[in-house]
Amino acid sequence: MWRYIAQRILVSIPVVIMVGIITFTLVYVGPGDPAAIIAGDEATPEILEAIREDLGFNRPFPVQMGDWFWKLLQGDLGTSYFSKREITELITPRLQPTLSLGFQVVVLSTLIGISTGMLAAWKAGSRLDRNLMILAVLGFATPGFWLAFLTIWLFAVNLGWFPVIGYKPIQDGLIPHLHSMFLPVMVNSILASAFISRITRSAMLEVLREDYIRTARAKGASEFSVFIRHAFRPSAIPVATVIGASIAGLATGFVLTETIFAIPGLGRMLVDAIVRRDYPIIQALLMVVAIVLIGVNLIVDILYAYIDPRIRY
Amino acid sequence: MTEALLTVENLHTQFRTEGGVVQAVDDVSFNIQAGETFALVGESGCGKSVTALSIMGLIPNPPGEITSGSIEFDGVDLLQVSSTEMRSIRGSKIGMIFQEPMSSLNPVLTIESQLAEPLKIHIGLSSAAANDRAQELIDMVGIPDSKTRLKQYPHELSGGQRQRIMIAMAMACTPRLLIADEATTALDVTIQAQILDLMQEVTEKSGAALLIITHNLGIVARYADRVAVMYAGKLREVGDASDIYAASQHPYTVGLLRSVPRLDSEKGTPLSPIGGEIPDLTNLPGGCAFNPRCQWAVDRCSIEEPELIEIAQGKQVACFEHASVSLSV
Repeated sequence: MWRYIAQRILVSIPVVIMVGIITFTLVYVGPGDPAAIIAGDEATPEILEAIREDLGFNRPFPVQMGDWFWKLLQGDLGTSYFSKREITELITPRLQPTLSLGFQVVVLSTLIGISTGMLAAWKAGSRLDRNLMILAVLGFATPGFWLAFLTIWLFAVNLGWFPVIGYKPIQDGLIPHLHSMFLPVMVNSILASAFISRITRSAMLEVLREDYIRTARAKGASEFSVFIRHAFRPSAIPVATVIGASIAGLATGFVLTETIFAIPGLGRMLVDAIVRRDYPIIQALLMVVAIVLIGVNLIVDILYAYIDPRIRY
Repeated sequence: MTEALLTVENLHTQFRTEGGVVQAVDDVSFNIQAGETFALVGESGCGKSVTALSIMGLIPNPPGEITSGSIEFDGVDLLQVSSTEMRSIRGSKIGMIFQEPMSSLNPVLTIESQLAEPLKIHIGLSSAAANDRAQELIDMVGIPDSKTRLKQYPHELSGGQRQRIMIAMAMACTPRLLIADEATTALDVTIQAQILDLMQEVTEKSGAALLIITHNLGIVARYADRVAVMYAGKLREVGDASDIYAASQHPYTVGLLRSVPRLDSEKGTPLSPIGGEIPDLTNLPGGCAFNPRCQWAVDRCSIEEPELIEIAQGKQVACFEHASVSLSV
């Protein structure tokens, strides 16, 4: 098992490097001259040239990229063009809201998705099953921003149960923190759980047709034990895949969510940086997102091997 | 004769399919004595597995349903007991082994946990005791190195070994009846014999009756005490294995026997397969379902259905012309 994990981690390294090259190149060839943006409307060519010289824009492309990678290796994400502050310093306070949101959404959507999916499979063909699956279809057909605005309108503006905006960090207490995050967490969890629920149901139903389920019944196992002990784990592989994929979806979804709910997280930081063409921040955040996704994939791969003993790469 | 261990009477099991209602088991009656080896023989789709699943109470409903009849096992009518009681009988008093050793064991659970499961459910053994017993069971079915095997998963074992594990699992609570549903069909011929010998050995040791469900007449000849031949959902002939072999009196059984090579036949004798096809169960021919394929068929056979009647002590045949049917003609 440890060898397998070590192997997976080693395989991830070239992927991270590739992502770095693509990220840097994309931003480099993207439209807009950062020097012009920094200098503002009144800039003379001399001032632009000075800025370019100062920030190293006039060096050849490979040198710039090499320099960026070298600093990255040392844990230096670079310096913002605008605030002139270290990006690591800028990112740190932004981590908590995003991680908290992500963690809550993943836990909640997994719980909701798996439990409703199993319930639907348990009562397959019943009215409960049909209703749950109608809800699930609605769930992944609903655009996130629309549901977000709807919940803000209903629960925050009209009923006043939750703040419209106003993020409270955990330092202010867990309950106020969870309260301020409730709407964005719910909106994302409901949407993400819809897919998990459907996959759980279909995977369970497929496994329940297997010969070894009949064997379990022939042994005298109760239906509950057949369901939980014999059927759930073999059907968990597609479910783990979908949860991994939904985390990837969340990473992009948070840009929207944090903007709508005014949460001072990484997603909003990225939007702000793109608007200002603050290239070092864009590059740094893309790298962070990529590494998180590679990490998630790694965890899903390891989970596969844990779930199904036949899987050894 | 002693009191029968299992008495199946007028069992009707049907399945609702898109093509209509299929009477998979149609008025089947037979009994199994304690400790005997009974074989249920027939082609694919004749209803032998459905009979076994009916006994186990494992007919998937829907689409399947036992519509009438009784299955009396050890003094209890299995069709009348609650699902909880049925569960306490499955795996403890009746064990079952299935056809596909590759897919009949749960791929994500260790051999140990799968073997220990019936012991925990029915005998209430603690995990430690059940695991110790699991190791004894592996030793009993002749798999070497039982300690390592316990911690392995099904995919680490060969087909024959997996079927041995299935036997160990089915015998874990020393059942009174072991049902082997085509248990050796998927195995190599050499392994088949080993597995059958093992089944016979363990059932003989514990005094359990063995119900072998097979399409292989060779198995019947070697292992069974009594045989029931099934065709299109109905029993056609029931009798002692040796008697059926030597002097079958049903055209279908005769056809089956003629289509298998025999060591005692003369060299160069061609095999004669049964002509025609297995009938569509949703659209059975009138009268005796076998009549379109039968060389002895008379007019009456396509109009009237022959009953299974006792023609000698312990021998039943469902054929109007049984008196003239014989292997040698």
